[in-house]
Amino acid sequence: MRHVISLLLENESGALSRVSGLFSARGYNIESLTVAPTEDASMSRMTIVTSGSDEVIEQITKQLNKLIEVVKVVDLSEAAYIERELMLIKVRAVAKDREELKRMADIFRGRVVDVTDSTYVIELTGTQDKLDSFINAIDPALILETVRSGVTGVGRGDRILKV
Amino acid sequence: MVLTGAEIVVRCLQEEKVEYLFGYPGGAVLFIYDELFKQDKVRHVLVRHEQAAVHAADGYARSTESVGVALVTSGPGATNAVTGIATAYMDSIPLVIISGQVPTPAIGLDAFQEVDMVGITRPCVKHNFLVKDVKDIAATIKKAFYIARTGRPGPVVVDIPKDITAHKCEFSYPESVSLRSYNPVVKGHHGQIKKAAQLLFEAKRPMIYAGGGVVLSNASEQLTKLARTLGFPVTNTLMGLGSYPASDKQFVGMLGMHGTYEANMSMHYCDVLLAIGARFDDRVIGDPKHFQAEPRKIIHIDIDPSSISKRVKVDVPIVGDVKEVLEELTRLIEAEKPNPENAAAWWRQIGEWRDRKCMLYRNSEEVIKPQFVVQKLWEVTGGDAFVTTDVGQHQMWAAQYYGFDKPRRWITSGGLGTMGFGLPAAMGVQLAHPDKPVAVVTGEGSIQMCIQELSTCKQYRLPIKVVSLNNRYLGMVRQWQEFFHGNRYSESYMDSLPDFAKIAEAYGHRGMQITKPSDVEGALREAFITHKNDLVFLDFQVDSTENVYPMVQGGKGLTEMILAEEL
Repeated sequence: MRHVISLLLENESGALSRVSGLFSARGYNIESLTVAPTEDASMSRMTIVTSGSDEVIEQITKQLNKLIEVVKVVDLSEAAYIERELMLIKVRAVAKDREELKRMADIFRGRVVDVTDSTYVIELTGTQDKLDSFINAIDPALILETVRSGVTGVGRGDRILKV
Repeated sequence: MVLTGAEIVVRCLQEEKVEYLFGYPGGAVLFIYDELFKQDKVRHVLVRHEQAAVHAADGYARSTESVGVALVTSGPGATNAVTGIATAYMDSIPLVIISGQVPTPAIGLDAFQEVDMVGITRPCVKHNFLVKDVKDIAATIKKAFYIARTGRPGPVVVDIPKDITAHKCEFSYPESVSLRSYNPVVKGHHGQIKKAAQLLFEAKRPMIYAGGGVVLSNASEQLTKLARTLGFPVTNTLMGLGSYPASDKQFVGMLGMHGTYEANMSMHYCDVLLAIGARFDDRVIGDPKHFQAEPRKIIHIDIDPSSISKRVKVDVPIVGDVKEVLEELTRLIEAEKPNPENAAAWWRQIGEWRDRKCMLYRNSEEVIKPQFVVQKLWEVTGGDAFVTTDVGQHQMWAAQYYGFDKPRRWITSGGLGTMGFGLPAAMGVQLAHPDKPVAVVTGEGSIQMCIQELSTCKQYRLPIKVVSLNNRYLGMVRQWQEFFHGNRYSESYMDSLPDFAKIAEAYGHRGMQITKPSDVEGALREAFITHKNDLVFLDFQVDSTENVYPMVQGGKGLTEMILAEEL
């Protein structure tokens, strides 16, 4: 099962490699990992998308908690939460494709953020699924580059991850 | 007071009341060694290889209740220490390892003797630090000791670049540490402990399974009290030996791959299992599927939540310090007075299993049996020696035939299984207990992995007794090859072995070679009594075909044991 795990950790050099090293050393899956400082510069927020059985996910959260620099861990996907991923996708946009790609971007509520004679860069935000659907909806031959940020997320309502 | 970084390092060690520092000098730690030279509170022990420095600190830590400390230089000094660090990590031993690093401006430029120590040790330390500012040294060392000794203990590496040890700053040692991201749970959850007590009251076939966590938590007394109050059988893991008195009638022996028949059977067929500071590892329960096929309720006490339900699903998890939880649990049990008759039928069953006498071996008058040497060692030392070991058959025989009644007497590399551990670990033990007998039970294979430490033993006059069970084979490898590889002894026979007695003599010690069973006891008496104050190397020429029984093959179930009698 897919899980979105969110953690707060000390913003120190080496903290990221402790987390990624843990996943590779113990053979856990990582689908995506994002990290950036929070409003408190001494702390970073990391979001990891992983998959595994309930037992594996339980071990992952316990092992993450065990890392000295990890302050808090929560499995966002065990209750209501919002997830978003940002994609910048560069496509070949000439002749009739120009119109078609613009329309497709509108349907997915994306924006064209860079335009040349022959290319568009489309910015799209949404769940992992939505971004996947967009990629599936356009002609693969037109895709020049795909840049995805990885998933970030936050709990809904009163679910707050803070120290 | 303004001090240099090197002065600060030494002052911090003094503040932590470090008695012995095991180390080896080199370029990156010269300033620290210069400061060590100027003081006499922290005594430095010069080993012959950095691996031994860490093992010695480890032996010191295991046999006392303190943190062991080692100091090594950058590059090869640091990498040599890694085996020792991983050994301590697997067995949760509190250590602080200070490693030198190339000067800050040289880091990342492939400087002479540069290695990314923080990167290399990351997977085998509880935590590690690279100190980037002289102002951080004191706080970092304080944190290192705190992290090493609290919670589930473990090794902590502090990597200090050379220029930082020369820089100066105002020194004051922090009185306390607080880390927002690290607060181990000590007290167990009361509701869970109550649930555990209830299960124990209702048990018909109870079993107590106690591991190294009992030793680390100094909870032997509490374990013994609880077990006696309940009247339940107790087994120990390899790491837990000595946490419950081996001579007690409730003790059913060690369990696991080379555990006793009665311990493994009771572990498998119990209806309520109380697991304390143990982790159901592969050498203990074998195949987890086979183990879980038999229904039972499991209570698991451990300070590390990640040890709970890792390999085996647990019914009543209790996170907390073993000592505190056992005290609370015992209070609840005592209040209700358990009925010892509950387990009477179970004890009869265990009695039948015991009657198999799985530890019997056929002694010989011609050739020395390794088990016999260990039994005689127990007799000659009154069962009260500190015993360190290396890894292999000798380690299992020592575990099986030297019954420990006290904790912290049995010093072995359980998790990592590090050959070469025994002799250097014994140095740390002997320094911590100068008047106590210390024996290294080893083999001719393992001892050669750190034999250079005989020189350190001479320099510091350590009267260790090396009890080598020399069977000319890497015995455990040979045993597996006999069982599972059609007697093809691929590279497990060692030709051209040295004369170990002469090697010991060349290092300035005493050496003996013993070939006859009738000489075993006399040789041990001579070593432990007549030459009490000398290091004696006892090279026992033992039966080269002897195997360790019982044996559960890797991947098999706990009850699928091969017993000596069946062969």
